[in-house]
Amino acid sequence: MMNSTSASPAEPTISVSGDGTDARRNSKRPKYSRFTQQELPACKPILTPQWVISIFTLVGIIFVPIGVAALLASNDVVEIVDRYETECIPKNISDKIGYIQNPAISKKCTRVLKVPKDMDKPVYVYYQLDNFYQNHRRYVKSRNDQQLRDKSKANETSGCDPEKTTANGMPIVPCGLIAWSLFNDTYNFTHSNGETLTVNKKDISWKSDRNHKFGSDVFPKNFQNGTLKGGKTLDPTVPLSKQEDLIVWMRTAALPTFRKLYGRIEVDLKENDTITVELENNYNTYSFGGKKKLVLSTTSWLGGKNDFLGIAYISIGGVCFFLATLFTIVYLVKPRKLGDPSYLSWNSNRLMQ
Amino acid sequence: MKRFVYINDDSFQDSFCDNRISNRKYTILNFLPKNLLEQFSRFMNQYFLLIACLQLWPLITPVNPASTWGPLIFIFSVSSSKEAWDDYNRYLSDKKANEKKVWVVKEGIRNQIEAQDIHVGKIVWLRENDEVPCDLVLIGTSDPQGICFVETAALDGETDLKTRVIPSACVGLASEQLHKIKGVIECPNPDNDIRRFDSNMRLFPPFLDNDICPLTINNTLLQSCYLRNTDWACGVAVYTGNETKLGMSRGIAEPKLTAVDAMIDKLTGAIFLFQLVVVVVLGFAGNIWKDTEARKQWYVMYPIEGPWYELLVIPLRFELLCSIMIPISIKVSLDLVKTIYAKFIEWDEEMFDQDTNTPAHAANTAISEDLGQVEYILTDKTGTLTENSMVFRRCCISGIFYGNENGDALKDAALLNAISNNVPDVIRFLTVMTICNTVIPVKSIGGAMMYKALSQDEYALVNAASQLHMVLISKSGNFLQVNFRGVALQYEILDILEFTSDRKRMSVVVKDCQTEKIILLSKGADEAILPHASVAGQQLRPFIDAVEQYALLGLRTLCFGWRELDEGEYIEWSRMFKEANSTLTDREWKLAEVCQKLEHHIEILGVAAIEDRLQDGVPETIETLRKSGINFWMLTGDKQKPRGQLLFLNGRTEDEVFRSLEMVLRTMKITSSEPKEIAFVVDGVALEIILKQFKVSFTELATLSRTAICCRVTPSQKAQLVELLKSCDYRTLAIGDGGNDVRMIQQADIGVGISGREGLQAARAADYSIGKFRFLKRLILVHGRYSYNRTAFLSQYSFYKSLLLCFIQILFSLFSGVSGSSLFNSVSLMAYNVFYTSIPVLTCFLDKDLSEKTVMQNPQILAYCQAGRILNPTTFAGWFGRSAYHALVVFLVTMHAYAGEKSEIEEVSMVALSGCIWLQALVVTLEMNSFTILQHIAIWGNFLAFYVINSIVSTIPRLGMYTIMFRLFRQSSYWVTMILILAIGMGPVLAIKYFRYTYKPNIINILQHQERSGGPVYAMGIGNLESQLRPMDSDLSSLSVTQSKSRNTVHEPLLSDSPTATRRSVGPSTFEFFPSAQSRLSSTSTYNRNFKNN
Repeated sequence: MMNSTSASPAEPTISVSGDGTDARRNSKRPKYSRFTQQELPACKPILTPQWVISIFTLVGIIFVPIGVAALLASNDVVEIVDRYETECIPKNISDKIGYIQNPAISKKCTRVLKVPKDMDKPVYVYYQLDNFYQNHRRYVKSRNDQQLRDKSKANETSGCDPEKTTANGMPIVPCGLIAWSLFNDTYNFTHSNGETLTVNKKDISWKSDRNHKFGSDVFPKNFQNGTLKGGKTLDPTVPLSKQEDLIVWMRTAALPTFRKLYGRIEVDLKENDTITVELENNYNTYSFGGKKKLVLSTTSWLGGKNDFLGIAYISIGGVCFFLATLFTIVYLVKPRKLGDPSYLSWNSNRLMQ
Repeated sequence: MKRFVYINDDSFQDSFCDNRISNRKYTILNFLPKNLLEQFSRFMNQYFLLIACLQLWPLITPVNPASTWGPLIFIFSVSSSKEAWDDYNRYLSDKKANEKKVWVVKEGIRNQIEAQDIHVGKIVWLRENDEVPCDLVLIGTSDPQGICFVETAALDGETDLKTRVIPSACVGLASEQLHKIKGVIECPNPDNDIRRFDSNMRLFPPFLDNDICPLTINNTLLQSCYLRNTDWACGVAVYTGNETKLGMSRGIAEPKLTAVDAMIDKLTGAIFLFQLVVVVVLGFAGNIWKDTEARKQWYVMYPIEGPWYELLVIPLRFELLCSIMIPISIKVSLDLVKTIYAKFIEWDEEMFDQDTNTPAHAANTAISEDLGQVEYILTDKTGTLTENSMVFRRCCISGIFYGNENGDALKDAALLNAISNNVPDVIRFLTVMTICNTVIPVKSIGGAMMYKALSQDEYALVNAASQLHMVLISKSGNFLQVNFRGVALQYEILDILEFTSDRKRMSVVVKDCQTEKIILLSKGADEAILPHASVAGQQLRPFIDAVEQYALLGLRTLCFGWRELDEGEYIEWSRMFKEANSTLTDREWKLAEVCQKLEHHIEILGVAAIEDRLQDGVPETIETLRKSGINFWMLTGDKQKPRGQLLFLNGRTEDEVFRSLEMVLRTMKITSSEPKEIAFVVDGVALEIILKQFKVSFTELATLSRTAICCRVTPSQKAQLVELLKSCDYRTLAIGDGGNDVRMIQQADIGVGISGREGLQAARAADYSIGKFRFLKRLILVHGRYSYNRTAFLSQYSFYKSLLLCFIQILFSLFSGVSGSSLFNSVSLMAYNVFYTSIPVLTCFLDKDLSEKTVMQNPQILAYCQAGRILNPTTFAGWFGRSAYHALVVFLVTMHAYAGEKSEIEEVSMVALSGCIWLQALVVTLEMNSFTILQHIAIWGNFLAFYVINSIVSTIPRLGMYTIMFRLFRQSSYWVTMILILAIGMGPVLAIKYFRYTYKPNIINILQHQERSGGPVYAMGIGNLESQLRPMDSDLSSLSVTQSKSRNTVHEPLLSDSPTATRRSVGPSTFEFFPSAQSRLSSTSTYNRNFKNN
C-alpha cells in the first residue's frame, strides 16, 4: 500500500522504512495508497448480450422445474372447504345478528363432507374467516404480552383498551380485544363408517408461544364476565400456556382472509368417504358479512394448497425464455457493435457536415 | 465613527474591551439550546422533530416512538458532538493565546503580563520572532531608521516579509522615552480591512511638536503577524481582543448550496407534497371506512361517540406511517460521502504540485458535485494561466528597439554599448527601472543582492537593471543607494505615489543627492502614462508602435516616464499630498486626485517588455474543458489582445457602447449556426456602462457566446460578471490567484484559488485551492464528475428505498381497514433505514462509471453532469416508479405466497422485509458500475448482517420477533418466495436496462463498452475532429494584425467591419485563447494589479 511511485527525482520518495528521514524534507505530498488515489482494483461488469441472454435463459431453466414441482406439490394437497355460515342458520330467520347473539338458542348444525381423494394423516382442520380484520389497528394492538407471560403482571393491562378491566375495575386476564373475540365455533367429526374422528387439539400452536409467550402459571381471570360477551370463554383452571385455541388466535393474521388451525385428525381418509360434521355456529360474522369456512387439508413441502407459487414460477420462467429468445433474435437480426465510436454523437454530428 | 486612543493613559483604557480573544460559538450553558436551535432551523430537522413528537401520542403512533427518536437523537448527537469538539478546540487555542506572556509598559517600567490583559493604549514590547498579540501602532524599533519586518502569513497568507516603519513623529525617540510617551491616536472604529488604517497621531508635549502625523497600514503591527529580523519593536495597542483587524475579518462564510443539493431539496419538497396527498386521501378513506365498515366489525369495538379530534386521528396515523418517505439518513449519508470526496481531492497525488510543494486543498467539503456541473469558468490571467514569474525581455528607449534580434535585451550588444557610453536616455531608463518601485534589497551573507518584491514585475525590472550594472544596493529610511558601474549614487525618496488598480501607475518623487534635483519617476500601463505625456516635441508614435509590437508578441509592457520638478512646485504639492494623506475618509480617492496633479507633462523614456510565461498545460487544459462544454471567460486586469474570431465590444459613451453591443449581438445571432466559436472582447470602461445600462442585451450576448475576454476589469466588475452569469442560472466557477480575485471567487458557485506567487489570499478565500491551473481539468472532470454521479445515485437511491418500504405500508393499509396499522415492527423500521439500506450504498463513493483516463480523453461526457442528466425530476420519476413497482411485487408475492394458514403478521412482515433487502442489494449491485473489494464487503456483508442481526433478535423471547427468523429459515416456501420476488422485481429492470444499453446507448454506455473491450478506439474520432477544426494559423494572425492596425486610440469601437465582413471570416475555425501552445500569451501594454503595495 505504501510503495510510493514518485516520478521526479527532485521529489523525495517517501520510504516505508525509517531510514529516509532526511530525504523526507517536509514534503506535503499526499501519501500514496490505492484507496486514496481511488485506484482499488475493481471489476466492472457490463451488460453484454451474452451475459444478459444467458442470465435470462438460466433463470428460465431454473424456474420452470421449480414451478412444476411447486404446482405438483400443491395439486397433491387434498383440500375440503365448506362454507357453512349461510347454511347453518335457519332459512326463515331475518334477524341473523339477533339470532347469533341470542345465547338461548342452540346453534347446532350438521354438515356432510365428501372426501374427493385419499387424504393421508395427519389431516389438518382449519377454520377460515373472511372479511375479518385481525390486522385492524385498534384490534392488533389491543393486547398485553407481559400479562400473558408473567403471573405477577396480571394488573398490567396497558394497551388493552377497551377490554382492560371489568365494570368494577378488576383486571381482565387475558385482556384486550383479541382475546375477548376468541373464535368459539366447535366441530365434531364422525366418519361415514360410524367411527368418531377425534380431533387432536394438542400442539396446534407454536411451541415457542407455549413455552415463552404464555405463562404456564397464568390463569384466566374475570374473562368474558362483562355485559358484552365477545367470543369463547376460557376455563379459569387451565393455564394460558395450555389454552392452545387462544394461543393460535392471538397470532394475528396479516390479511382479512385467514385460516387458523383448529386441530388434527390422525386418521387416513379414503376417497369417497363421507364425514359428518356436528358444529356449533356460535361466532358472529353476520354483522359484518364475513364468511366462515371449515377446511380439511393435507400438507406438502410447500405447505397447504397454494397454486400461486407454482404458476408464478412457471410464468416467470416462460417469460424469461421468451425474453432470452427475443434478445437473441434481435441480436442476430440487428447486430449492434457496442462501443462503436461512430455512435458518439459529437463525432457523428460534426463529421457528417 | 472614530476612536481616540490615549497612549499610556490608564484612565481611558476601560472604554474598550480587553485583549481576550474568543472564537467560541458556545459557552457551556448555552451550548445545548443554541446548538439545538441551530439544528432545528433546517426544514428537514423540523420535520423529523414534528414526526417524533407526534409519535409520542400512543393513539396515533403506528410504531414505537423509538424508531424515529433513535435515529433523530443519533443524528443530532453526531453533529452536536462535532460542534462541541470544534468549539472545545477553539477554546483551547484561545486560552493558549490569551495566556501567552507579553511585555507591556506599566508606569514607565516594562512588565510581563498575560496577553488577555492588554488594554487599548498600552505600549507593548515585542522581541524578534514574537507574535503580535493585538493591533499595534508602531512607535519604536531597534532599527535606527525605524523599520521593522513582519511576516503576515497568518493574516493574508503572504509569506514575504513586509516592512513596517514608525510614524515620522516618533522618529528618533530613545527607548527610555518610549516608556513615557503620551499622545493620542485618532483612528476609525474597528473594521476588517487589513490593507487600510487611515488614522492620525499626535504626541503630547514634551514629545516633539503638536503636529498631526498621518498613519497608514505601514505603521501598524497587526495581530497574528510575527516580528522578524528585528531585535525589538514596540507599539501602542489600538484594537484589542475580537476587535482587531483579524478578529473582525473572522466570519463564517455563507454556506454554499450545490445544484445537486438544491435539486434534492426540490425533490424532497415534491415527496413531501406527495406524502400530504397520500395522507389526505388515505385519511379520508380511512374515516369513511371507519364509519361504514368498522362500526359493523363488532370485535373492533369502535365507540359510538368519539372525542372531538377523532376525524384527525386516522390522517395523523398515516402521516406518521408515511413519514419514512423522507429518508432520515440522507443528510448523514450525504455529509459522509461529501467529506470523502473532499478527502479524495486532497489525497490526489496527481494534483500535487511539486514545484511549490502544495497539495490540493478542499476548504469547502460540501460542494464537490458542483464541480461536475460547471458551465462557466471565469478565470483570471496573470498567475492563474501564467506562471507569474516575469522576465525582462525587450525594451524600446527613445525609439530604439533593444532585444529584437535575440529576444533578450540583456544580451543585446547595442544596449550594453549604450550603457557603457552613458547615453543619457538609457541611463534615465535604467534609473526608473531601479528606483521606481517598492522592492526591498537584502544583502545576503555571500554578498549577493537579494530583492524582496511583492510584484513580480518589479522584481524582474530591478533584477534586469542590476544585470545592466545599475544595482540597487540598499534602502534605509528615505535614502536609497544605487551602484552604477562602480559609482555609488544616493537618492532621497520624498514621496511614493502608490499604485492602485484605478490609477494603473505608480510614481516616486526622489531627490538626486548628487545634483539636488527633484525628479518624478513614473511607470505604468500605456494608457495610464501616455495620455499624461505632453512634453513639447516628443513623438509618442514610436512608443505606441512599440507597445503594439510587444503586445503581438504576447509581452507585458510598461511605460516609463520622467519629469524634473522645480522646488516650489514640489513644496506646494507636497503640502496637498500630506493633507490628503491624513484624511480619514476617502483617503484613497483624494490621494489619487492629488497624485494626478503631479503626474502630467511626463517625458516618456521608453517601454519595457516583460515576459510572463504560460503555465504548463494551460492550452491543453482549456482545450479539454472547452470541449467538455464549459464556457470560458477570461477576466483580466490587463489589456488583452488575443487572436481568433473576435468581436470587439467597445465604446466610451453610452451611445457608442449601445451601438457596439447591438452590432455584436446581431453578428452573434447571424452566425448562430456556430455561434459558440466566436468570442467577444469587452473592456472595463464599456463593461461599466453595460452593467449599468444594458444588462439585458448583455445577458443575451453572454448566453450566446462561449468565450469572452474582459480586459481591464476591476475586482468588483469581476464579481458583477459572476453575479450576472449566476442570475441566468448558470453554474459558475471562478479561478484566480490574487487578492483582486477574492470577490469573484467568493461570489461564484465554486471558487478555486491558485496558491501562487501572489500570496495565498485567493486560495484562502476559495473553496478549493490547487497549485497549478492544469489541475483544474482533473478537479472538474475526475473529481467533480465522479462526485456528481455518486451523489446523484446515493440521493435517489435513498428515496427509492424509503419509498419502497412506505409503499408497502400503504398497500398493507388498504388491506387492514385503512386504519393505519404498520406491517413492520419498530425495530425493523428503524434498522432498515439506518443500517440495512444505508451502508451498502455508501460505498458508492468508490464507484466509477468510466476510468479516469477515458474521462480525460472524452471530456464531452461532462455534458451529462452539466445538464443534470443523472439527477433530475425525470430520473427521479424512474426511481419513484421503480420503488412503486418493487413495493407492489414484494407485497403481492408475499401476500399470495403467505396466504391462508400462513398469514401470520410477524412472519409476513419479515418475509416482506427480507424481500425489500434482497431487492435493494440487487438494485445497488445493478446500479453500481465498478466493484472493489469494499463494495463486495458492504453489499454482501450487509446482506449477511441482516440475517445475523435478525436471527439474534429472534432469540429474545420478549420481542414479537421471537423465533420468527428460525421458523422462516426452515420453510422452503420462504426461500422460494424470496427468489420469486427477486426475479419478478429485477427481471424487467434488467431487461430495460439491457435494452437501453444496447439499442439506445448513451455516450457513457458506449465508452464503458469501449473501455472494457480494451480497444484503443476511443478518442480516435476526436483527434481527427480536432485537426479538422484547428484553424489555419496564418489566417488568423493576419486577421488579428489587420484588426490591430485599424486601432487608433484606446477606447475607439473596434468593430469597424460590417457584420457581414466579420461573418466572411467565420470559417471552420475554433476560437482559441492561445493560437498555439508555443506562442505567447497575447497581452498588450500592461501595468496590472500585480503592483501591490503594503
